Amino acid sequence: MRMRNLIFGASVACLVGAPVVASQALAEDTIFVPLLTYRTGPFANSGIPIANGMHDYLDMLNERDGGIGGVKIAVEECETGYKNEKGVECYEALKNKKPVVVNPYSTGITLALIPKASVDHIPVLSMAYGLSASAQGQDFPWIFNPPATYWDGLSMIIKYIAEKEGGFDKLKGKTIGYVYFDGGYGLEPIPLLDQLAKDYGFEVKKYPVPPADMQNQSGLWLNVRRDRPAWMIMWGWGAMNPAAVQEAAKINYPMDHFIGIWWSGSEDDARPAAAGGKGYLSLNFNGVGASYPAMQDIIKYVIEKGKGQTLKHKVGENFYNRGVMNSAIVAEAIRNAQQLTGKKVVNADDVRRGFESLKISAARWKELGLDGFAGPIDVSCTDHNGHHAAYVQQWDGTKWVKTSDWITPMKDKVQPLLDAAAKDYVTKNQPWPKRTEACDKSS
Amino acid sequence: MNILYQIFIDPFVQMGTAPDLLVQTLWEGLVAGVLYALIALGFVLIFKASGVFNFAQGIMVVFAALTLVGLYDRGVPAFVALGLTIAVMLGLAFVVERLMLRPLVNQPDIILFMATFGLTYILIGLGEMIFGGDPKVMITDALYLPRGAIDVKMLGGFVSLQKIDIAAAIIASIMVAGLAVFFQKTRIGRALRAVADSHKAALSVGISLEQIWVVVWFAAGIVALATGIMWGARSNVSFALEIIALKALPVLILGGFTSIPGAILGGVIIGIGEKLGEFYWGPLLGSGIESWLAYVIALIFLLFRPQGLFGERIIERI
Amino acid sequence: MLYREAGQYKTSYAADQAVFPILQDRVGLAAILLVAFVVIPLAGNSFLLQAVMIPFLVMGLATIGLNLLVGYTGLLSLGTGAFMGVGAFACYKLATLFPGVNILIWVIASGFVAAGVGVLFGLPSLRIKGFYLAVATLAAQFFLSWCFIRVPWLYNYNISASIEVPTRTFLGVPVTGPTATPVTRYLVVLTIVVVMTWLASNLVHGRIGRMWMAVRDMDIAAELIGIKLYRTKLLAFAVSSFFCGVAGAMLAFLWLGAAESESFNINQSFLVLFMVIIGGLGSLTGSFFGAIFIWGLPIVLRNAPGVFGLSITAATVEHITFMTVGVLIIFFLIVEPAGLARLWQIGKQKLRVWPFPY
Repeated sequence: MRMRNLIFGASVACLVGAPVVASQALAEDTIFVPLLTYRTGPFANSGIPIANGMHDYLDMLNERDGGIGGVKIAVEECETGYKNEKGVECYEALKNKKPVVVNPYSTGITLALIPKASVDHIPVLSMAYGLSASAQGQDFPWIFNPPATYWDGLSMIIKYIAEKEGGFDKLKGKTIGYVYFDGGYGLEPIPLLDQLAKDYGFEVKKYPVPPADMQNQSGLWLNVRRDRPAWMIMWGWGAMNPAAVQEAAKINYPMDHFIGIWWSGSEDDARPAAAGGKGYLSLNFNGVGASYPAMQDIIKYVIEKGKGQTLKHKVGENFYNRGVMNSAIVAEAIRNAQQLTGKKVVNADDVRRGFESLKISAARWKELGLDGFAGPIDVSCTDHNGHHAAYVQQWDGTKWVKTSDWITPMKDKVQPLLDAAAKDYVTKNQPWPKRTEACDKSS
Repeated sequence: MNILYQIFIDPFVQMGTAPDLLVQTLWEGLVAGVLYALIALGFVLIFKASGVFNFAQGIMVVFAALTLVGLYDRGVPAFVALGLTIAVMLGLAFVVERLMLRPLVNQPDIILFMATFGLTYILIGLGEMIFGGDPKVMITDALYLPRGAIDVKMLGGFVSLQKIDIAAAIIASIMVAGLAVFFQKTRIGRALRAVADSHKAALSVGISLEQIWVVVWFAAGIVALATGIMWGARSNVSFALEIIALKALPVLILGGFTSIPGAILGGVIIGIGEKLGEFYWGPLLGSGIESWLAYVIALIFLLFRPQGLFGERIIERI
Repeated sequence: MLYREAGQYKTSYAADQAVFPILQDRVGLAAILLVAFVVIPLAGNSFLLQAVMIPFLVMGLATIGLNLLVGYTGLLSLGTGAFMGVGAFACYKLATLFPGVNILIWVIASGFVAAGVGVLFGLPSLRIKGFYLAVATLAAQFFLSWCFIRVPWLYNYNISASIEVPTRTFLGVPVTGPTATPVTRYLVVLTIVVVMTWLASNLVHGRIGRMWMAVRDMDIAAELIGIKLYRTKLLAFAVSSFFCGVAGAMLAFLWLGAAESESFNINQSFLVLFMVIIGGLGSLTGSFFGAIFIWGLPIVLRNAPGVFGLSITAATVEHITFMTVGVLIIFFLIVEPAGLARLWQIGKQKLRVWPFPY
């Protein structure tokens, strides 16, 4: 073969040998907030609006206020495709840039990062996802998951069902179906579900959806048609959600008895079923719509200036607002850190303390320009979650409408499970570092 | 004892007591089978004519559907978009033939198979870059495809037949019939069969391999487009569809790699077998067995008949 | 000119039959090992070790495993991911059932478990050939993936359905778990990979390797000259799965620190198959070339815009990475269908006569 071809081929192959130590020098006076996002792959339909919301809110703070406390936030997205290896790779790549928080947005990646972050001392914000047991601040000082855990969410759904049925005693003898993503995310609530089934006398039928078959659920919903459960609970993500809603509509399942967790509540999940999706319920803990002053600011300072990630009409959709809430929590934690330490450019240790003293009251939400957007959030040294309330929303064909009051979780049922799970995790992962971080008085 | 009852007796009891569900399961299996068969058809077309196992068929399905929906979203009227998409698939066939097949002529099959892997990656990246990663809704109304269902009351319950599924079955049959006529009666069809038999012999009688390859990849592209429309109408158009294309492999095993009727029959067998297995025996094993049942069916079949239902007998010579 | 073997005379049969007969080859190998064992741990940063070298070595080992099956024996297998998973879950069960035993013993032992499973799923190869065998191994892949989720005993009934790797030490230094430093883990992985590559090299250059290659080239003729087909093929499956199992255990324990069923899905199988084919079927050095190419290229592409100061969104970089990897796969297949290993061989041959053309 020609020498020329050989050299060209060899040099192309050698390109790979270039040492990959790329880490740009960040400007000295910025706070680095990486976002682990996925805009590709089968979960992109859920990941894209959340990534947009997270990114735009932080950009808005930079544009409108010049950052937080006068210090600009350096935002960088790292594409994970919802894959664990990519998530760990992103984490390792970004570690050297001194991030103050990591948002994995995947239960799988969170589980991989929990031990690492505890050793590397980088706070992980797994907002209402991840490992439920990480609510125990004593065992997981670096992991935070406000405003509610999956177990809280499930207990709220059962409460809603009981209310609709006319009381907890009416649950006896009924069948409740649970369609879930066949992975850590969907498997986690099952112990509580079984427990509640035993306590209240209802039967649970489980329908797992393998990740490879997310769009091929017709067989599964045939089973649902045979079993005719009175209520269906869904724990879905990505392409699984819209497929499930469409299949449920096809078998004429009563949509107002089909309720999904807060991660199954995107407009894109209910819209494809067209008229059949009307009545579909979902749990939620943030508001929808773009009427909030902060949302208007995002439109004014970021979208209309062409720096936004998304189109104007997408601002206000449920998952976009979820991403905004995530960034709002991060921003508050950074502010807290600045107040606690008196420094402007805070580091990961400071922001951890900021998270632990996170208290966003209703009045504070109003100050942030998000009046009535979300319930109050109260994180403490021992309770990294807060176990706050959520509400049920219903799809009316074009938008989500709040259809219930704020429901509080069944703390008495959830707390023993959390304690047991935390202890179980710590025992299985010996030696687990004992908490050495002190509790601030304010947390 | 209980286990034996559950495996061998109970499912048939269930079939007897709820016959409408049995019919529904059979129908769902038939529909799924037709869709698998459509994907398998694309594989068979290309394999027959060029001996290449086109791993990129799955992503071609997604890409064709995305192009159609993407053009429509940008304001092109539905049937014009359809025509443009067909043109895009023709262009893709040209590009693939010129840049991928021609330099790799006469290489062993595994190399060509790998090249289609590369093609898959290219199409994934290109598709996501041009059309974005968020899922799209197929434009069923604009294409005058029916929506809704017909509920047939029978056997004590009702069987719900989605109109779009009926349309899919009809379109698939028309396509298969059309392809069969094309292969048997037209000159190009005969040339395709000649190329499938032996490249060198076909060249020696003056058949242009390049033209044939473009024709066959274009035909596979049309099949991919039809599959994409049908599958996209049932659930959204997203890149998760590409993994379903792997299900076409058991179909090909059953039906043989080079037989069009075999692909259809194999698809139907796999589809029905899968759905029946999942519905009646699935809960025993913990459900979710749909992910591997098709492959196990194919495997068991292979052990008895290694060349599939319609495939040519493998004769090995030393 | 530099690479000539003029003057290197062999005076014994053993020397003549050596794997690396040319002195320059041996020097080169020693240099590579020196760099790997000494220079990289000292000079490399955490990212290089954690995200480039350790994955490259782990995937390289899995690639060797698959290459033994596909490249040397000609049995196309798409179940690599599942066999890696078997190794990982077996190691986890063994490590948690017997916490006192050294973890490295369990990493190797899990390879044997994977070998057993591999033999079981390799039984169809006695009857099915060629591409059809790939579908049979796909059945193994999907079935085992399903088992990894549906059999909670495998992950000790963890709520997260994933392996959470416990901290284990070796000679007093933690090698698994979050406290293990990248350098420690890298050295452990490197040692295991070097030893197993040496093992594979011996297998391949010996009688067993020749049996495999005979089966690959024409199995009926091989049977005629007395090679027992079923033993050879099952041995190929067993050894290949052994390598993949150890690679899987290392993936879970020494690289990611956690693993779940999705880490060993069909995409993993395809990834390793890419590495085998790009690197070169039937070549051990090719396996490593393929692994570094398929693994390292996306990393380089992802970080390249940053190095050059261009700001492209992460998603676009991902798309461009996909396209570039696809284009390069096709490019290399056109330029050299026998893989990067063949390019390397041709390069060495040219070097022998350089600066003369022939």
